[in-house]
Amino acid sequence: MGPRPRPSPLLPLGALVLFLLAPLVLSGWIVFLLTVAWAKALAVLGVVLLLRGGLLTFGHALYYAAGAYAAGMAVKYLHVREGLALLGLALLAGVGTSALLGLLVARYRGVYFALLNLAFSMVLYGVLLKFYAITGGTDGLGLPAPPLAGLRPVAQSLRLALYDLTLVLAALLIYAAHRFSASPVGYTLRAIRDNEVRVEYMGASVWRTIYVSYVIAGGLASVAGALIGLSVGHITPDLSFWSQSGEFVFVAILGGTGSVLAPVVGSIVFEFVRNYAFELSPYTWQMTLGIVLLVIIFFLPGGLWSLSALARRLPRRGAPPPFRTSPRDGAGAAGARTADQAREPRGGR
Amino acid sequence: MTALLEAAGLTKFFGAVRAAEELSVRVDEGEMVGIVGSNGSGKTTFLNLATGYLAPDRGRILLAGRDTAGLSPRLITRLGVARSFQIPQLYLGLTVLENMLLSLAARSGRGGVWAPLYRAPWTDEGRQILERFGLEAYASRSVGELPEGGRKLLDIALAIALRPRLLLMDEPTAGVSTEDKFEVMDTLVGVLRQGRITTIFVEHDMDVVHRYSRRVLVFDQGLVIADGEPVTVLADADVRKAVLGHA
Amino acid sequence: MRLLTVIALDGLAYASWLFLVSAGLTFTYGVLRVLNLAHGNLYALGAYLGAFLVLRYAATGSAVILGYGLLLLAALVVGIIAGPLIERVFLRRVYSREEEVQLLLTFSISLILEDVVKLTWGVTPMFAEMPYTYLGRVRLGGVNYAWYPFLLTGIALAMGGLLWLTVTRTRLGKVLISVITDREISSTLGINVPRVYTLAFTLGAVLAAIGGAFTAPMFSLVPGVGADVLVISFAVIAIGGLGSIGGAALGSIVVGLARSAAVYLAPELDLFAIYFIMALVLLFRPQGFFGEIEVRRI
Repeated sequence: MGPRPRPSPLLPLGALVLFLLAPLVLSGWIVFLLTVAWAKALAVLGVVLLLRGGLLTFGHALYYAAGAYAAGMAVKYLHVREGLALLGLALLAGVGTSALLGLLVARYRGVYFALLNLAFSMVLYGVLLKFYAITGGTDGLGLPAPPLAGLRPVAQSLRLALYDLTLVLAALLIYAAHRFSASPVGYTLRAIRDNEVRVEYMGASVWRTIYVSYVIAGGLASVAGALIGLSVGHITPDLSFWSQSGEFVFVAILGGTGSVLAPVVGSIVFEFVRNYAFELSPYTWQMTLGIVLLVIIFFLPGGLWSLSALARRLPRRGAPPPFRTSPRDGAGAAGARTADQAREPRGGR
Repeated sequence: MTALLEAAGLTKFFGAVRAAEELSVRVDEGEMVGIVGSNGSGKTTFLNLATGYLAPDRGRILLAGRDTAGLSPRLITRLGVARSFQIPQLYLGLTVLENMLLSLAARSGRGGVWAPLYRAPWTDEGRQILERFGLEAYASRSVGELPEGGRKLLDIALAIALRPRLLLMDEPTAGVSTEDKFEVMDTLVGVLRQGRITTIFVEHDMDVVHRYSRRVLVFDQGLVIADGEPVTVLADADVRKAVLGHA
Repeated sequence: MRLLTVIALDGLAYASWLFLVSAGLTFTYGVLRVLNLAHGNLYALGAYLGAFLVLRYAATGSAVILGYGLLLLAALVVGIIAGPLIERVFLRRVYSREEEVQLLLTFSISLILEDVVKLTWGVTPMFAEMPYTYLGRVRLGGVNYAWYPFLLTGIALAMGGLLWLTVTRTRLGKVLISVITDREISSTLGINVPRVYTLAFTLGAVLAAIGGAFTAPMFSLVPGVGADVLVISFAVIAIGGLGSIGGAALGSIVVGLARSAAVYLAPELDLFAIYFIMALVLLFRPQGFFGEIEVRRI
């Protein structure tokens, strides 16, 4: 018997091609919004992966900012110009930071996990503000238009090149996250959410599973941060502020945790709605987020992604097979037992 | 010969409650030992101590001659000790087969973050084990859909899938209907014999103990008050009083 | 010597403030097992309403002394309205759901309250310093120091004492302890557990608002103060152990003194002092000083 039915790769691949072609018909501003949405979706993806293990972080912007500032400082102090090298350095910074902090954080669950991450992200925020001689303080750092793979795109095509780069990189990392989710460690993470004790009694390491997942989530966010830095051309300490972490959590819940693609859906919807809603009334933006979050918690716990399942819901796969607590030793006995079962009167009708 | 499990002078108090005092138990390779005792007599505590879930106040436990002091349940599991639970400990958000695959993946020690959990050798073996326990019809269903008795079996199957040298079972027939329990035990014992798995099981049901163990330990208020063949031990008036509350 | 006095005085003032804001957070968590992420926003509401009332009142030119009563009034109004509202309408519906969902819920409320403050009082800083300046200053060990921080210490001591007396000496305290120990058994004993929860949450909200209201005369208020308060309170109670009032007291003193020492001795490190201590404590004692490790029954 083969492995479980896999989702067809055609749909996501088709969608990717459509997105790659989209700039042909869309305005530059919308292409920019999409770049931002796809990049941020990677940070959200990290939050989603952790959520599958029952781990909620309110400090994921820490790695987002770490990636952005790694790129920014590499430009300023190491005079690195190449965009791909900056992304690599950002990833290194994110993985390094999460590997270090993960040593402490991976011991915790629940509120401790959520708030320790928040605390660390606010420490970074403080550092970025305070050590302005190095970090530029509230002014932040500039990220000049980078050459990509040695090529120096002209101004108009830079936006497009960054869009394509973001899209391709995001697609690759989302695929990697998909592989991770289906791997033994990915499943163990979900098992931890259900029953840590049993995981240990199977001889698998809860700590290591969480640690590995945490580092992966940190790496994803750092790439997102660097991509945003390159697209916007400028980074500020706000990248590490709690409201940024809160936004990632919000988008994760908005999209849902049911698929590695859900963060993309959530992120695109979020960026577009914010773009218009924020203009409309800046003082009620957070309130709107709060209310939407309440609605999702109470009425749509699976997020937007669960709507897609709702739309193509198949007729329910029959009732569960009849069951008796007796094990069986052979197929013949099994047949006999099913016949038994059929004769038994069923109570509670 | 070195005993597979040797507990010496195990003592554990919860506040003023004695859960174990100077417990000494020796189990040899190939044995099938039953543990009986009233509620609160320290049976489950003994399993918790033996698997490293609790640390004893005093005393030590040797596994095939190796001191397990300070080892976590995970490390003790990796030494070849598996355990099933009184209340099934399962992953309710995953399917029955996925529960089983995680056990097989853990046994192999090859976690990995890239190759899928669903891989042919594991899915084949997983389905085989599930079939033995009559659970294969539920393979792709969520554990939440499994009835109570099925959960109990899956809980035991997950432990057996680890191919342990020593299996500790906490009330394997609790929650199984009276007419089914011998059938359940027959299957279990068949699998255990085939795998040459030394077994210790805690049991409430005296009939089950009589029929399936050649040796029984009687626990009472944290002490082992009798140790021997079921026929003799369970006939003893003091034992009957301690376990059943009447002679 | 002079420096030590300043460090000690500032440390005491800061510790008092920390205790006021973290006691409510840890108390609520102790009873409900829910960490209220909107705690900092309740603090902000108390602070803004307190400052607003004091400023309005001061504009009439009346005696400043009544301003202290207004601060207390503001805190009570905020706590007694927001507490039951949040607990009864929202929190109650998620007690049976996962811990993440409970956190998300209080996070939503925090987002909403954040804007409630902005919509009500705008974004221009607000400062009601009259109750602070009114008390004047004192010379202590060669240091010219304001009286007001001692009022804060007094309030912190009073609150701590009251909480301690309530928990150890009253019937309500017995009920609380019973609910904390075992919710189901308490319920069968005839304790109205939902009411206890509402009460405990409201008490926590009042404490947060008192912390805010009485700090309002010391600093100028700006939007977004809630998040900082939440993070720092969490650091304090993580050090002391979640759910422990005594732990919050100890954590406040340790963090207060460390922070004040850092401010004077190594100003560039002042922010890290708190988190460094927190990380250090958690490294060696993951459950904090007075926290308990929960063991799952199997």
